Amino acid sequence: MQYSEKVMDHFANPRNVGEIPEADGVGEVGNPACGDIMKMSIKVKDNVIVDAKFKTFGCGAAIATSSISTEMIIGKTLDEALHLTNKAVAEALGGLPPAKMHCSVLAEEAIEAAIDDYLKKTTGKGLEKKKAHAHEEHHHEPDFRPN
Amino acid sequence: MKKLYMDNAAGTPMHYQVIDAIVPFLKEGFGNPSNLHQFGKLTSNAIQSARESVANLINAKVNEIIFTSSGTEANNFAIKGITAANKKKGNHIITTEIEHFSLLNPLKSLEKSGYEVTYLPVDKYGLVNPDDVRNAIKSTTILVSVMFANGEIGTIEPIKEISEIVRAKEIIFHTDAVAAAGNIPINVSNMPLDVLSMSANQFYGPTGIGALYVREGIRIQPFIEGGVQEGGRRAGTENIIGIVGMGKAAELAKTEMQQRLKHIQKLRDMLCDGLLKNISNIYINGHPTNRLPGNLSVCIEFIEGESVLLFLDMHGIAVSSGSACTSRSLKASHVIMATGVDPALAQGTVLFSIGRENTEEDVACVLEKLPSIVERLRQMSPLYSQKK
Ligand code: FES
Repeated sequence: MQYSEKVMDHFANPRNVGEIPEADGVGEVGNPACGDIMKMSIKVKDNVIVDAKFKTFGCGAAIATSSISTEMIIGKTLDEALHLTNKAVAEALGGLPPAKMHCSVLAEEAIEAAIDDYLKKTTGKGLEKKKAHAHEEHHHEPDFRPN
Repeated sequence: MKKLYMDNAAGTPMHYQVIDAIVPFLKEGFGNPSNLHQFGKLTSNAIQSARESVANLINAKVNEIIFTSSGTEANNFAIKGITAANKKKGNHIITTEIEHFSLLNPLKSLEKSGYEVTYLPVDKYGLVNPDDVRNAIKSTTILVSVMFANGEIGTIEPIKEISEIVRAKEIIFHTDAVAAAGNIPINVSNMPLDVLSMSANQFYGPTGIGALYVREGIRIQPFIEGGVQEGGRRAGTENIIGIVGMGKAAELAKTEMQQRLKHIQKLRDMLCDGLLKNISNIYINGHPTNRLPGNLSVCIEFIEGESVLLFLDMHGIAVSSGSACTSRSLKASHVIMATGVDPALAQGTVLFSIGRENTEEDVACVLEKLPSIVERLRQMSPLYSQKK
């Protein structure tokens, strides 16, 4: 398993790390597969995401996907941001090892959770329907462990 | 950038004298040892003297050593061979939760074919309680297998006590000594060990070669059938290069052991003290004193091991991690979990394993780089900001 150069770049020099002090929306999600956590905060103006920051407890792929997805959603409308798939994030990173695809789902979910939080705060109603995540992207190597 | 290897638990670099011993055989060691001509004699003599050296390392008899392709094969051989040969006596096996997968997975297969396996827990240091072994023994028990030392957390098990309990019940005792053999003294005449696995790559020999010690008189079914190599118990033309390398490595392990222990232990203690001093919320895994000399496994709170490993690698430093993210199966190390470490903390497991080639400068280099890496990752971690 090797990471692409782009992944290593975003891992070593992550963009937009931190928390937005007075964020309009905050989403925190956990990775069911390995127990890692991603927290995303966004600033929204006229339906457009003007700033995004993240904090991640997780592997190299999780940090790199967090980093690049903040870059990818800044300047996008909420709707556009909601359409960002984990696949597109992985592609922007020059691909992820199959065993690490599930980490990119975490980023997708964190964005969605942040937008959901924003909508709840502003309209009193969250996202109508959470989108179906590409769970078939979860690739688990055969489990050689006991239990 | 200097390359700094601190992952000796995963595999050790070959000793230069092992390389020197192997090189002539790359050229001349082609003769089939089963043949009577001079070419066969050269290799069969070399195998014989390697077998003596390996036997000597653990104070066994020469004919009690069977060469295998790896520690994994040795463990498979032990588990499958002993249970098959002693099937009439019973179907119960006792082992521990912290064994290597090369032992646990053959046991899982046996469970599917009607064997019953008891997995004993360990305490927070990773120690097996000998009383648990005693209490688990039944009339159907045919095999007890407890590892000599755990390569992930370094804990050395109370094998003398356990093996004596097992012997008193006339049950066969196997120990996976892959992490221990060649690194700490093992003497099969000091304690009633019946079967023992080892691997050359753990003590500065080549990869692809291991050995199984089987005490005289122990019934074990052949693992590979074919010719009469290895007393007919493990057929196939011998891996001459590997065997010669393992023999030399065993000889060196015996003569250099005390000096290596001193050197490695000192570096390990330096690293341990330095980490505790320079990094907050860091916890040492395994037993504080009963441990392999070069093993230093730590849990660094609020961060994940793979990202530590990647950052260290950018500085040329190679280590291991027991986090779920590093494992292909996305589960945290079963060994760390068995010691009762909280799953989030287990994500921060980093294993430094020091070897004979490491120096004080190496330790200083890790101590210089790691604190800022940890700080950086913590700044990125949502768990850390919550804590503050
Ligand atoms: S966050 Fe655990 S594997 Fe990526």
